[in-house]
Order: sequence, then C-alpha cells, then structure tokens
Amino acid sequence: MSETAAAERPAASLSPEAGRTHGLPVAVLAELTHRCPLQCPYCSNPLELDRPKDELSTAEWQRVLGEMADLGVLQVHFSGGEPVVRRDLGDLVRRASEVGLYSNLITSAVGLTRDRVFALADAGLAHVQISFQASDAALANRIGGYRHGHAQKHLAAGWVREAGLALTVNAVMHRQNLHELPQIVDMAVTLGAQRLEVANVQYYGWALKNRAALMPTRAQVAECDRVVEEARERFRGVLTIDYVTPDYYADRPKTCMGGWGRQVFNISPSGKVLPCHAAETITGLHFDSVRDHSLGWIWEHSPALNRYRGTDWMPAPCRSCAHKDEDFGGCRCQAFALTGDAAATDPACALSPRHAAIFRTAEVEAETGTTRFIYRNPTGGTAEA
Amino acid sequence: MSMAERLTIGAATRPKLARHARLRFDTARGLWLLLAPERVLLPDPIAVEVLELSDGIRTVRDVAENLSQKYDAPLDRIATDVTAMLQSLADKGFVAAADGVRP
Repeated sequence: MSETAAAERPAASLSPEAGRTHGLPVAVLAELTHRCPLQCPYCSNPLELDRPKDELSTAEWQRVLGEMADLGVLQVHFSGGEPVVRRDLGDLVRRASEVGLYSNLITSAVGLTRDRVFALADAGLAHVQISFQASDAALANRIGGYRHGHAQKHLAAGWVREAGLALTVNAVMHRQNLHELPQIVDMAVTLGAQRLEVANVQYYGWALKNRAALMPTRAQVAECDRVVEEARERFRGVLTIDYVTPDYYADRPKTCMGGWGRQVFNISPSGKVLPCHAAETITGLHFDSVRDHSLGWIWEHSPALNRYRGTDWMPAPCRSCAHKDEDFGGCRCQAFALTGDAAATDPACALSPRHAAIFRTAEVEAETGTTRFIYRNPTGGTAEA
Repeated sequence: MSMAERLTIGAATRPKLARHARLRFDTARGLWLLLAPERVLLPDPIAVEVLELSDGIRTVRDVAENLSQKYDAPLDRIATDVTAMLQSLADKGFVAAADGVRP
C-alpha cells in the first residue's frame, strides 16, 4: 500500500486529453448581475455594464445550472457585480446543490444579513469569498467608494464562520494598499479564513482606466513577494495563500484562465458565454448567449471560444516558443488592450517586442501617477473628489 | 475571535472531511474527486477508502487497523501512511477533527 502516502495527484486527469484544445469544463463564473453598492476602481466588470432588465431570469439560470452539471462542470462561482442583490440567490444555490455542483459565493458582503448567510448555508452553499479593500477602515471605504462597507464585511465574515461555511478573504492589492499587506494577512487569520487571495490588480477595463493610480512600484512588488512567502510559512496548516503576481513586472506571462476556452468559462448577467470576465473588452468578437443556444453547443461550437483555443492561431514569436503549451501566449485581453491585436504575444512576456515599453510605463506610472480614482459605476465612472 | 491552530493528526484524532470538502464520484469523467474552495483533488483509491472511513467517529488508529486487516499489511506502516496522508489533507483544509464521539 505504498501509494497511500501519495494521497492525491495533481489534477492532471482533469486536463484535456492529448491533442485536444479543450476538455470538459471544470468551473464556471456565474455573474448574476452587474449591480453593486461598491464602486471599486479596479472592478473586473466591463466598462459597459449589463442593465438589470437584461439579466437572466431565475428560470433561465436554473436551466443553465442544470446544463452546467450535464456538461461536467464541477464548481460554480456565484459572482457579479454583487450577487446578493439578486433576491433569488438562495434558489440558485439550492438548484446548484440539487444538480451536484459545488457552489461558491464571491461577494463584497455588503447587503448580506445573518439570516441570509444561514439560509444560503442551508441551501447547500459550501464556501464564501469576501473581498476586502484594505485593513484600515478609512482606506478600505475610500477604495470601495462606500462609507460603511468595511465594518459590514467584518460582521458578515463572522456570520459565515458561525454558519460553518469556509471563508476566503480576497484582497485586491495595488500601490495604494500594498503597505497594509501584513495587517491584511493577520486580519484574514483573525477572521477565521482558511484561505487568502492576495490578488494584484490585473489591468483591464476599469483597472486599465485607473492604472496610473493603482500601479505598484517595483520595491512594493518585491516586498509583497517577501510578505507572502513569510506568511505562508508562518501560517502553514492554518491559512492557504493564493498569490496573483502583478504581470507588468513579470518575465513570463500568466497562463490566463488556464488557456482560452480550455477548462473554465464565464457567463455574463445577460447570458453571454465568455472565456473570461474581461473578454468583452476585445472588440470584434461575437459571444454566444445561453438564450440562443445550449451550453453544450456553445462550449463546442462558439466561434469566439474556438478563436484562440490551443496554439494553432499563434503568430511569431509564440508559434515557435518552447513555452507555448504552458502559457498559451499569455492573456488575449491584455494583448488587445496594449497592442490592439488580441492575437499578439502578451506584452507581459519578455519575448514580446512591447515588453520593455510596458515595463517602463509601469515604472513611470508607479512613481508619478495620480492617486485619484475614477470610481466604477453605470454612468461610465466618476472621478474621486 | 480565537485564532485558528494547525491540526496535528495523531493516533487518537477522529478525522472527518471538513464541512466545505466534498468527496464524490464524477460520472462524466469516471473519477473520484475531492472538491474544496478553488481546488479539485483526485484522490487515489486508497485515499478514497481512508476518507470514507474518516467519519468523525473512528480514530486514526481505528482507520489504520481496519485497513491493516483488510489488506493483511503491517499496522505500523499503514498507520504511518494514513497519518501522513491525513496530515497533508488537514494542512490543505480538507480534513478536520471531530470534537468527540457523535453518531
């Protein structure tokens, strides 16, 4: 029984079979709405937000959750905007449980009540991820653009633990809060979180609009690496830390979403199936909707999903690169945002001809950029007073 | 709020799956899966057996004895392997300890 010690293998068998560009989808980000009480300047929603009247109905989401399970999806992340503004969230969680999906709630926690947390736990919710904007209340509320948000998050985290649900603290990091990372780590442990996401801002949509106010310095990034490494060691067995590094300063691009349309996808509030939450920033692609097709059809046949799957679409230098099957050329949205061509090598890659320029842009913006935010809202953004 | 402490698996620990960890057979892929926040693990057949025995009532010693008899293997070695496996899963937050004997 020598294999006992090898309790688990890496999730290799969940990957697509050799020679296939995509496998059975593993996880889905279900953006129930773009409505949100907060106005974070790095919001991952598109600049053009879906309107409430265009949102999928309860019945439509219930059908789609069933199609997810049939397609082999294992985990659903209920997200937004703020998913708790949907009054039918409990019904959707219950439906996810019925069809065997592992359900996560990704929330700002603003608007969550104790009764609601317990009702969601009763409906089969497994895990709650609460975003924190900082550890200091004044800074956190300024970043979120919402006066009492931080205190509400602390209350909600307590209810989540009281209800016996797993808690993740999500901390989006940037130049204006990276100095608080050690306190954020301690806060996560004190709140009883099992997991902390230290997520440096990725620059698409709202965050790209606010890049000069958010870009960290290289010294901050180096300190962030050190704090994460030290905290991982200190809290081993207590707190798992997932770390998203800032890619403007990287040498190798991130394997964005594990590859375009490879194992995960996103459904927008109005029902569009996207390879990631930022994909609508790429103009000229038509994304198919669950209102027009089954999920199974879309996953196999949607031209937008097939557009950048695998490696056959790649131009030089990606085409002949030894890393092309590891990172798939990086992020298509970032390539489009920075070069105007979604098929270009992600400029985060040192092999991109644009790499040195964006590295320099990051350094300059970090040193001289504004500190004023443009807050995210449905009217195209409001400059901080 | 009290600070969480690392769970150390010992012979008398009564292991059970953490509330947020779900062990299930996935018919679409023909695999056993252990699901947790942002994680999917693929337990091997022995790990599945250990986790199914980890009901919060049996101790680690009970689990090891059960497997030792079933596979006619030395108890010491089984106990070492089972403890290491459960410790690794506890460190990832997949396995918790039951407070006491509860049906």
